[in-house]
Amino acid sequence: MAETVLKMMFEHVKDLLKAHEGLKHEVYLDIENSSIVQKEVVEAMLPYFSQYAYGNPTLTHKPGWEAFEVIMESSQKIAKFLGCKVVEEVNFAPGETEVNNLALMGAAFTMKGKGKKIVVSEIEPLSVLHVTDLLSKYGFTVVKIPVDGEGFINLEKLADVVDKETILVSLSAVNHEIGTIEPIKEALEIVKDENPEAIFHTDASDAYGKIPFNVQDLNVDLATLSSYKILGPRGIGVLYVKEGVKINRILEGQIGTQKLWPGVENTPLIVGFAKASELAFKDFERNVRHMQRLRDKLIDGITGKIVEARLNGPKGDKRAPDNVNISFLRCEGEALTIELSLNGVYVSSGSACTRRLLQPSHVLVAIGRKFSEAHGSILMKVTRCHTEEDINYVLEVIPKAVERIRGITGSVEMK
Amino acid sequence: MSRVPLPYNPKILELFRHPKNLGKMKDATVTAVAGNPTCGDMIIFYLKINDEDVIERASFESYGCAANIATSSIVTEMIKDMKLEDAWKISWKKVIEAVGGLPSVKFHCGILAVGALKRAIRAYYQNKESSPSWLSEELTFEEKQALEEEELAKMISKRMKNEGRK
Repeated sequence: MAETVLKMMFEHVKDLLKAHEGLKHEVYLDIENSSIVQKEVVEAMLPYFSQYAYGNPTLTHKPGWEAFEVIMESSQKIAKFLGCKVVEEVNFAPGETEVNNLALMGAAFTMKGKGKKIVVSEIEPLSVLHVTDLLSKYGFTVVKIPVDGEGFINLEKLADVVDKETILVSLSAVNHEIGTIEPIKEALEIVKDENPEAIFHTDASDAYGKIPFNVQDLNVDLATLSSYKILGPRGIGVLYVKEGVKINRILEGQIGTQKLWPGVENTPLIVGFAKASELAFKDFERNVRHMQRLRDKLIDGITGKIVEARLNGPKGDKRAPDNVNISFLRCEGEALTIELSLNGVYVSSGSACTRRLLQPSHVLVAIGRKFSEAHGSILMKVTRCHTEEDINYVLEVIPKAVERIRGITGSVEMK
Repeated sequence: MSRVPLPYNPKILELFRHPKNLGKMKDATVTAVAGNPTCGDMIIFYLKINDEDVIERASFESYGCAANIATSSIVTEMIKDMKLEDAWKISWKKVIEAVGGLPSVKFHCGILAVGALKRAIRAYYQNKESSPSWLSEELTFEEKQALEEEELAKMISKRMKNEGRK
């Protein structure tokens, strides 16, 4: 039965793709969920699949030593961009989800003799919140810090909550959905003043390559990075672990160059992440200004043109340069993403359908949006590779798409 | 929260792109609503019913996903020129079949559409102050499901208001 359903779905997807034939312009803005790997990154990775350094870096032969050399070079590059003290602070693991699992579970189980309290914010990504849900089943106490209407964490509440029992605090540097740049330095000072032994983790996947982010300046203990969020390949991420901080592995197996993640190192992806980092940090300020310009053009173009369109998250310098998240009232999000897709604009919506209840984004609910506002939200992220023409096209398509979906909503009352 | 792949079939895509019988009907004999925007799913049906208890015209408006739009649209097609007694017999399974199948996470869209239809039929007879023998007093499965969804929405709204007061 399962096979039949899958087979049918496979046929349907072919028809869906056919419906997209003949698109004149396509703009991919769903960087939150996956990204287009930049051409230069793909080219940098290609030799490492079959021509060079294809060996296991822990083995005593030429392809192995080549792999060791290139992994070290890649680590050094990322260590430099992060501001690490030593290259050993860079630990590769496959992607943001796995790295956050490693950071939280690894830190919690290492520290479990010292206390039970874990502190996170209400708007952390699910790869943090679902892990803390799991940890609470293992006897840890999880406290969620509230945020204000723009997604800024409540520092007073943080100060109230952190105590000698607190072993781990995890707060994103930039919120993944609404782009709020969090006061991480202040948060860390509060935590360390209260309890210098508590481990401070930050998911910096939406900060690295987008805002100034230096681990030594911030003095964080752990930081998560994601490759695809800076147009590198999927399936690779980094956990920064400050020299001297100890965390446990969460998987066991053959340990190679990556002490926290067993298994054979994925050299091409590691090279790709390093290359994407180089491209993000080459002309960093110019890249950031470019993204900010496109971001504001999108925000102003949409909120200025479309009634009942509301920006989620802060404006200006306190917002990540790439993030645009807008709620359209009277316009259901999934229907809107399909309509946009049929016109070549690819975004994601702030809700996912489960049995009977459309689950709204926990981030939008936490900042006080009504469910009907959260359901009608779309998330877009611009990149250094997008152009003014791309944004002009998006601004042409979105108002028409919103109008059509609102036409279907008609006189349905949004109580 | 989890996501599932949603490769809608061509019929749903077609009904989403070009919904049939869309829009408010000014001279509707009866109107019925099911669902709630809090749940991300809401339908209004408008029926024009003649003296013979036959649905002459039906139209809809929908705040919902592609599956919600498609199932609402197909229901308005299915019931056109149908006697109310026959329309009452339409089940959510028939609706899902009529749109060529739905991913299981979207079954509730078909259920809600039929729930709205049955409410409309019930309201029609309530207005007429009559009750044909085939019209069950007990709520049908689809009406109960619609009600449960609405109760859930109310509960969520209440919880959110309480949290907002903190």
